[in-house]
Amino acid sequence: MIIYRRHGRVLVQGITGKQGTFWTEKMISCGTQVVAGVNPKRAGQTHIGVPVYATAKEAMAETPFDIAVMFIPPSAARDAALDAIEAGAKTVVILTEHIPARDVMAIHHAARENSVQIIGPNTAGVVTPGEGFVGIMPGHNQNIFQPGTVGVISRSGSLGTLVCLNLTRAGIGQSAFLGIGGDPMIGTTTRDALIALDKDAGTDAVVLVGEIGGAMEEAAAEYAASMAKPVVSFIAGRASPPGKKMGHAGAIVLGDAGSYPSKRKALEAAGVIVADTPSEISDLLLQQIEARFPSADLANAEGWN
Amino acid sequence: MNFVEHVAKERALAPAGVPVPRGILCKTPEAAAEAFEKLGPCMVKAQAPTGKRGKAGGIKPAFSAKEAHDLAAAILGMTIDGHLVGSVLLEERAGIAREFYAVVLNDAKSKSPLVLFSTEGGMDIEEAAATRPDALKHWSVDLAQGFGVAEARAMTEGLDLSGADDQIAQILAALYQISSALDAELIEINPLALLTDGRVVALDCKLTLDDSAAFRQGDLSAAAAPETMSVLEQDGYDSGLKFIQLDGNVGVLANGAGLTMTTMDVISHFGGRPANFLEIGGEAYTKSETALRLVLANPGVKSLVVNFCGAFARTDVMAEGVVAAWRKLKPSVPVFFSIHGTGEDDAVRIVREGLGIEPFDFMEDAVKAAVGAAQ
Repeated sequence: MIIYRRHGRVLVQGITGKQGTFWTEKMISCGTQVVAGVNPKRAGQTHIGVPVYATAKEAMAETPFDIAVMFIPPSAARDAALDAIEAGAKTVVILTEHIPARDVMAIHHAARENSVQIIGPNTAGVVTPGEGFVGIMPGHNQNIFQPGTVGVISRSGSLGTLVCLNLTRAGIGQSAFLGIGGDPMIGTTTRDALIALDKDAGTDAVVLVGEIGGAMEEAAAEYAASMAKPVVSFIAGRASPPGKKMGHAGAIVLGDAGSYPSKRKALEAAGVIVADTPSEISDLLLQQIEARFPSADLANAEGWN
Repeated sequence: MNFVEHVAKERALAPAGVPVPRGILCKTPEAAAEAFEKLGPCMVKAQAPTGKRGKAGGIKPAFSAKEAHDLAAAILGMTIDGHLVGSVLLEERAGIAREFYAVVLNDAKSKSPLVLFSTEGGMDIEEAAATRPDALKHWSVDLAQGFGVAEARAMTEGLDLSGADDQIAQILAALYQISSALDAELIEINPLALLTDGRVVALDCKLTLDDSAAFRQGDLSAAAAPETMSVLEQDGYDSGLKFIQLDGNVGVLANGAGLTMTTMDVISHFGGRPANFLEIGGEAYTKSETALRLVLANPGVKSLVVNFCGAFARTDVMAEGVVAAWRKLKPSVPVFFSIHGTGEDDAVRIVREGLGIEPFDFMEDAVKAAVGAAQ
């Protein structure tokens, strides 16, 4: 699972902590099906109406789940992720930032062996307006997220939130928001997310929010060239100095690799329209949709085709 | 975090059994003259965590004690690539037959450790890869299998190593062990030299540790080379904030790396120049007071954009911090807000009531106003 659907049953690891509690309540209020939580010290209890287990494996035995989401500090993230993977989770959403790279590689290795989809690390999670969300996004805020047919991919949670807000203000609803994470080694890449949205019947167009560093936007551009659905992009970091990590561990330009011009060139060569500022995205998207779906009712966010 | 050559050799290579030349670390020209007496003809090498030492004149051969003294005197105190040279490493000179290249790094594409080896050492590896791709071998490590002598032999198969195959396989396996044990992001030996007497030794070593793993690397992080940071950047670092000082005049305070970079981009798009990168997202979102103090302490700042879009970070908590700090610091520069996301209704009210300022509806408008005010 990359796009959240309400039939997806969610396990919250670290459910009893301050953030775990806060965001679990938000997820539930939004419609997300949270079926169980993990905290070894509170096993057997119920927390905010959710049964708590000692491990993901014990939770799976009694209250099966599909998706695990981790509110776990960096030093314990590897063990928690491996627990969820071995328990049989189909998807593990890793919100934690600053997990040692060695542990991240061990998590990805186990995920490959067990065919588990990892989202993150260092992601804000995924939102499907009207269905629910998994992570730390304001999925419950209807000024920001409205159901619709535009899929949004973003490495950054804050910038992704801004982009969805702008879309909603322009009357454009979203089929899904896919936060993929700001780390250099993430389980679901920009390209993976783009493929998921291309295959999604509820998605008519895609907004790809990238940033400097790495080669994920270039890899996604290769796929975008084959797509019939329009793709509009914004890449953050054009004004950032080279050789510095811009907050995200992955956001660093070394030589030409990962630079703004390299990404913009690759995307434009693939037919992707690149916006200069976030507020231009909505207009560019509407132009693209009008060009490809002339009969679309643009005032109505739902269903262009 | 990065390490200078002698720390990398002493703390990483030598304990793992990777041969290094005999060397003595010197902090004064007198010590260098003394070291020469013990080593004989040697190299005098600036200890700075950068690959630009040779080009900057920081690595020179010495053939007498006086020469070692004078070279040390010239090199100590140099600034190379922003790093002040506080010590020189004197290393015995040996006859070099061939130079190889070896590295273990974390590869983002395969999400696995990657071992690279080239028979074309001593030069820039990108250049070597471009001119002699046949000389470069890759091995993506399967974490379950690991990387030992057998894998190293399989990796270098087909290369002519002048009979040093076993020594090189041992060294490659040791490098992988080091990278796992020390949480190295990168450990590189360039050149890895085959000497005329048949020994293979690491003439240089570059080591970068994963900052996120510092908590489990004991006292090793204390031996890291200091970062080149401005006073304000150091201040931010000490407060747990990522602050990068730039040369513009529009201060930036935003949450999240992506939104902060975007705020800088939009400033530049409207003809302004950002004065800083400062991220207060993630766990740091409660630190807006410290953040504001840092942004305003930058002497170039003529106006300020506060751009919050709360996902994880609660904008009401951040706004409260900014308003409290604003009242305390009483800055004279104009400030322009844009606030959306988690906690936005409370945050807008806090700014309106606390400072009498109405946030802009679009970040672009807040930025435009700030760029105009800075001119």
